[in-house]
Amino acid sequence: MAYFRSHVLVSVDPVCVQKGAYELIETLQDEIVKQGLVEEVQVLETSRIGDPETEGLDLMVYPEAVHYTKLTLDDVPFLVEEQFLKGRIAEQYIRETKKVVDEELSAPKTKEVRIVLKNIGEIDPLNIEDYIARDGYMALGKVLTEMTPEETIQEVLDSGLRGRGGAGFPTGLKWRFIRNAEAEQKYMICNADEGDPGAFANRRVLEGDPHSVVEGMIIGAYAAGASQGYIYCRAEYPIAVRTMKTAIEQARNFGLLGDNILGSGFSFDLEVRMGAGAFVCGEETALMASIEGLRGEPRPRPPFPAQKGLWEQPSNINNVETYSNVPQIILKGAEWFSSLGYKKSTGTKTFSMAGDVKNTGLIEVPFGITLQEIIYDVGGGIKEDKKFKAVQTGGPMGGCLPENLLDLHMDYEALAEAGSILGSGGLVVMDEDTCMVDIARFFMDFTQDESCGKCTPCRIGTRRILEILTRICEGKGKPDDIDTLRYLCDQINENSLCGLGKGAPNPVKSTLEHFLDEYEAHIYEKRCPAKVCKSLIRFEIIDGLCTGCTLCARNCPVDAISGERRQTHVIDPDICIKCGICEQLCPYDAIEIK
Amino acid sequence: MQKTMEKSIEANPLNDPEQRSIIDQILDENKDLAGATMVVLNSLQEAIGYISPEMQVYVAKKLGEPVSRIHGVVSFYSFFTTTPRGKHTIKFCIGTACYVSGIEQIIEKAKQILEIEPGETTDDGLITLEFCRCVGACSQAPVMVVDEEVQGRVKANRFPKTIQDIKKMEANLA
Repeated sequence: MAYFRSHVLVSVDPVCVQKGAYELIETLQDEIVKQGLVEEVQVLETSRIGDPETEGLDLMVYPEAVHYTKLTLDDVPFLVEEQFLKGRIAEQYIRETKKVVDEELSAPKTKEVRIVLKNIGEIDPLNIEDYIARDGYMALGKVLTEMTPEETIQEVLDSGLRGRGGAGFPTGLKWRFIRNAEAEQKYMICNADEGDPGAFANRRVLEGDPHSVVEGMIIGAYAAGASQGYIYCRAEYPIAVRTMKTAIEQARNFGLLGDNILGSGFSFDLEVRMGAGAFVCGEETALMASIEGLRGEPRPRPPFPAQKGLWEQPSNINNVETYSNVPQIILKGAEWFSSLGYKKSTGTKTFSMAGDVKNTGLIEVPFGITLQEIIYDVGGGIKEDKKFKAVQTGGPMGGCLPENLLDLHMDYEALAEAGSILGSGGLVVMDEDTCMVDIARFFMDFTQDESCGKCTPCRIGTRRILEILTRICEGKGKPDDIDTLRYLCDQINENSLCGLGKGAPNPVKSTLEHFLDEYEAHIYEKRCPAKVCKSLIRFEIIDGLCTGCTLCARNCPVDAISGERRQTHVIDPDICIKCGICEQLCPYDAIEIK
Repeated sequence: MQKTMEKSIEANPLNDPEQRSIIDQILDENKDLAGATMVVLNSLQEAIGYISPEMQVYVAKKLGEPVSRIHGVVSFYSFFTTTPRGKHTIKFCIGTACYVSGIEQIIEKAKQILEIEPGETTDDGLITLEFCRCVGACSQAPVMVVDEEVQGRVKANRFPKTIQDIKKMEANLA
């Protein structure tokens, strides 16, 4: 193994790639070759290191931990010469930048506990040695040399770890079912089909700490007696797919995958399979159909995957985050893990915070924390100090929770009781400017489109609900619409085959329960209280505030705005499509929604 | 599920020797894999850009599957398209966070500038507009994906520049 004097870390997150991170890496490597430093300096890819909003490229140099910013490719030759050949810091490239490190994953805030996210941003995900240096694959070694499969299952069971995909089934129990199933071939599957809009925790784990998932899966396979595994990742995550493939390749080269792992006699191999843009494939039976190369349509359970799963063989399927927790549980023990959390939900949960909250991004907190703490203490409150209206948890199968539920302790049971789900941990915070009927319509549009069409309640029911919600948003709601919606919600929930259909009514049910007044305002008063629904609002320019700068007129997609320069402009309501571009762009807040 | 570009194009990738050899290579490498259909179709979509009806028949024959099954899979997943896309694709994320942050305004602007609807391709075959599901960059909402690049915090009045950049890049290549 080669030892390098210096390491250069270049961020290859999507924003930096767009700014030319790969070109920077190439130029660096060329220059390092040119200056004869190949054996001394190594260029590595990492996740985000600087503020992506800053112009230009940036990189970190270790061991000095110097952060060079706002670089252009032309700066590289001089920088390499100064930093690596002459060995002195090139001060002129250390420029003041804003103090934001990673908008998706900032330094842990108080109340955060990081288990799943502990390595992310700290290691090079494309280098297995980085992971090993942080106790990686130690848990696997311990399991293979000191523990029987049954002991492994018991440890996971004792830890209280439950499925992080949202259903919350005890992981150890699932593994025991597979262990006890009789079959020659058993499969270990990782559900990396994080389709919920608003959730991105799994993507960060796959991209930032792929080996924690691989290690968790090998341990699971040993416990359950599986010899083949699949990671099913959605096609929308190409970087995650690439990172996982590299991780598997490296693990195989290190003898951690394949035949006779670490000389223990246990064999297991892994493969990445890609989805192709079907949300329903996040449902376990649909996911397995997709791996088999078929249409991703769910099938009835029982038989459960533990009896007849992939290719009719006993199969275990867990979420990315579940697997990622496993190595830590083995290393630190079940007692440590179960000491975190709340009631029957042990450990931590990652949440992807998005929407109208100040600190968007990824957080990891112990179960039991209240929504209030998450949104205000960790999330920093609502943007522009507007008023909180609702938080949507658990994606399109989840519900919208209002202000009076902010003291809710987050765990599987409490969320279910409140009419929502934990799901994959998406939290979309909404402020007073959000129309809850419109949001319900948005989610129904999503589920209606993503319904696979196999069973009638979901296929037709979601469409009927969408039609009614669209009607209400257009100001054409009928007095009995609310009752019809409730009836449809119950029917779809009770009669659908899979989780997609069963959960589809949740956004409607929860908004009907907590925000009924908004539905009523739309239906009876033909009014959208949040001023969102296009048919029920109009845009006007306020005389006196408008300076006639023409910005709105130039950007109006339908040329509905007219007026002389430096004169108050006018919007023609007959042409206006209420897209809101003018209101968003106006520097003088001269556009009012009525 | 939306489909791209209604205008059918006569070209058949199987008649192009270069593309034909790519297709054959993908089939040869993967045909013995368990659950090969998805792997093959994903690779074809990536390498060729679409999976034409003729290609579906060819894949079915090579994999020993009925054409109905291959077509069933192609039509089920929104990533598979049966007609060519434009040279560049701009996808608008319509996930929750992007919706709340106003992706609709960007879409309106795009429709105005390019004079096409999402799902369509410009007459010169340069740009295709599409919707896509959440790309998991919610903290940067609203987000659009230009070819493979995720662009966050996009604004309606900056959209023309994106188009200019694409055209400039094309002009440089020419």
